[in-house]
Amino acid sequence: MNTVVVDSISAAEQGTSLWTDAWARLRKNRLALFGLWVLVLFSVIALLTPWLAPYAYDAQNLDLGPTPPSAAHWFGTDIFGRDLLTQIMYGGRISLAVGFTATAVALLIGVTWGAIAGYVGGRVDAVMMRLVDILYALPFMIFIVLLMVVFGRNLLLLFLAIGAVEWLTMARIMRGQVQSLRQQEFVEAAISLGLSPTTIVRRHLVPNALGPIIVYTTLTIPSVMLLEAFLSFLGLGVQPPQTSWGLLISYGAETMEEFPWLLIFPGAALTLTLFALNFLGDGLRDALDVRGSGD
Amino acid sequence: MPLLSVTDLQVDFTTRNGRTTAVNKVSFDVESGKITAIIGESGSGKSVACYSLLGLLPTPPASIEGGTALFEGRDLLQMSESELRRIRGRDVAMIFQDPMTSLNPYMTIGDQLVEPLVYHHKVSKSAARERALELLTEVGLRDPHATIDQYPHQFSGGMRQRVMIAMALINEPKLLIADEPTTALDVTIQAQILALIADLQRKRNIGVIFISHDLSVVADIADEIVVMQQGLVVERGDRAAIFDHAEHPYTRKLLDAIPAGSKAVTAEQREDLITVSNLCTWFGQGKGKEPLRAVDNVSFTIQRGEILGLVGESGSGKSTIGRSLLRLLPITSGEVLFDGVDVTQLQGVGLKQMRRRMQMIFQDPYASLNPRMSVYDTLAEPLLLHGIESRKTVEHGVLRLMDDVGLPRAFVRKYPHEFSGGQRQRIAIGRALATRPEFIVADEPVSALDVTIQAQILDLMLELGSEYGLTMLFVSHDLAVVRHIADRILVLYKGQVVEQGTGEVLFNNPRQEYTRQLLQSIPGRALIS
Repeated sequence: MNTVVVDSISAAEQGTSLWTDAWARLRKNRLALFGLWVLVLFSVIALLTPWLAPYAYDAQNLDLGPTPPSAAHWFGTDIFGRDLLTQIMYGGRISLAVGFTATAVALLIGVTWGAIAGYVGGRVDAVMMRLVDILYALPFMIFIVLLMVVFGRNLLLLFLAIGAVEWLTMARIMRGQVQSLRQQEFVEAAISLGLSPTTIVRRHLVPNALGPIIVYTTLTIPSVMLLEAFLSFLGLGVQPPQTSWGLLISYGAETMEEFPWLLIFPGAALTLTLFALNFLGDGLRDALDVRGSGD
Repeated sequence: MPLLSVTDLQVDFTTRNGRTTAVNKVSFDVESGKITAIIGESGSGKSVACYSLLGLLPTPPASIEGGTALFEGRDLLQMSESELRRIRGRDVAMIFQDPMTSLNPYMTIGDQLVEPLVYHHKVSKSAARERALELLTEVGLRDPHATIDQYPHQFSGGMRQRVMIAMALINEPKLLIADEPTTALDVTIQAQILALIADLQRKRNIGVIFISHDLSVVADIADEIVVMQQGLVVERGDRAAIFDHAEHPYTRKLLDAIPAGSKAVTAEQREDLITVSNLCTWFGQGKGKEPLRAVDNVSFTIQRGEILGLVGESGSGKSTIGRSLLRLLPITSGEVLFDGVDVTQLQGVGLKQMRRRMQMIFQDPYASLNPRMSVYDTLAEPLLLHGIESRKTVEHGVLRLMDDVGLPRAFVRKYPHEFSGGQRQRIAIGRALATRPEFIVADEPVSALDVTIQAQILDLMLELGSEYGLTMLFVSHDLAVVRHIADRILVLYKGQVVEQGTGEVLFNNPRQEYTRQLLQSIPGRALIS
């Protein structure tokens, strides 16, 4: 890092040095890169599925029935003779979309809510956190069922509803972080420089609270995917012939003794995604922690 | 035969970046009934040397590469862990810098005192408690019968250190290792603790290793002084030899770093930049509770270009005054006029503009810099915020600031954790100067630093002060430092100003009892006057 030209700093480096440095460190972490590439690959496949999938997602072949993997059907077929690879590809679209969207919603609300409560403190904090407590106490299933009943079944709404439940823990973590950080002198220094509260939270508090947030995010994405499967199983989420990984796994589990591939392949897709997320999450946490760098 | 005789001790650290020798062929002796002081700055290996004797270093990364340490004729370095465990706490005891972190917050001090007795000597609980009470009385704890069942947080820092000393003494050790035992304490308390250690050591005829970064602290109590630098012993001798004719240049540098003398004061009268009238900052009022009057009816003025020293012990309200002036704390009542404007009434844009004109330098350079912002970002932020530089010119502004505070330009992309304490404080000073302020509050800016670094930072502040035409409020518990840098000194006690005057006048004719007490407490008084 000492090779920086000292009389002029290239324009690209200015302002975002934390992120550019983090990227430089992330690139050195092979596992994290592997995780990143797996996620990118899965996302690209999900986006291009309508053009890539070997069969139509609703094409049945009742005469064929369940068959193990073969040259025509790489991952085999299910009891309706549908191609499992196609199912997994279409299922991935839903699962990844739910995972990322709902988590993004949770992140956005949770981090903002927690940061404001933690930074402002006092009565505002008390009111905001009591609200969180109340929402915690509500059985979230009922909450989601209510939303579905009122607004009708709608995938986007499902994403938002799950996100709106998952942000509670995020807000608590963020608030705890911010509360301990705002006692530090660098925050006082920022105040005495004349920075606005928004800038202080954005530039000085959030970056320092990222570690636990990232870890929790990587835990949230899989739990959101499983939650979607559960809701779909209850008939509140995705309905056949549309499918998701969660649904495929729960159907596969029912028939795993006769047709194990129906469980193994969707399970492998989900597992691989989770591994990739965890590697990337760990890598990101290390990369963003400037103290962890050995140079 | 000396109680402890260390010969050619060598300790290496192996890390990913290779191997470094932290302690290099170090030899020293400790006699019963004498104090051997080991002096050096952070990283000199003074603590590592002592910790390695007791097997207290994690191995790896540390490894003892050679030498002997004969304690009563037996080599500590050859002992097994279980043999060492019997020696630690019984024959050799330790006192640490921070009594709060070395006491268990969930145990009463009585229980903590009794534990080693019961463990090492199989004494009955009630007998051990009697012994604990005796010791607490001996170390001067107020009313031991009432306080023995209290928890550590219920004691002040000085009292906690007394408890630590009692704990160290409870097994009647022959050797006591004190690692910077007074660094976290106020001067007046420091003087008491130093006197206590010297007194106990003479009475009980124990050998003491006193580790410190500050020569002046041991000036009154040490028998032998060992000066270490970068793992090597550079000079060794009795107290008189070190203080009167030190030979090694580093020892002389340490002696020179002890702030001495009063600043030459110019008599010229300048306009008042800051007028503080009847300032009160109270905490925790309301709910029918008696508020804590941290700052109580304080009035003073600071002239343009003047450095005003603010002295007092912890809890005297000195930091609160600084923060009140800068609107970092809400004040209860009073008026702070800055160049004719009442700072306490400002809001919004007016406040932001005022913040540009007054800045702060904090005590702890480890906490006052955002760990996720590089030097560049830290310095660029205020420049851009107040429009002092545009996006295009900001990098020149940053580099100029780095030149001003004496940081190599090559460090611009580094993060705070990559710097030493002194360098961090330079970054913090650079940030404070970035807005081109007229007034700076420096809150104990050197008390977290090594003595030699202290001198450098003080010089830098004096130099930049005149270069930038700064007015400064210099807050410190250390009278010697304040006298060195300030034009005029305000002595604060329990939230009120008890005395003020130039350093010369205050040192030679203190009028108040409290000021006299403060002066008495300065370690190594003989050295600085």
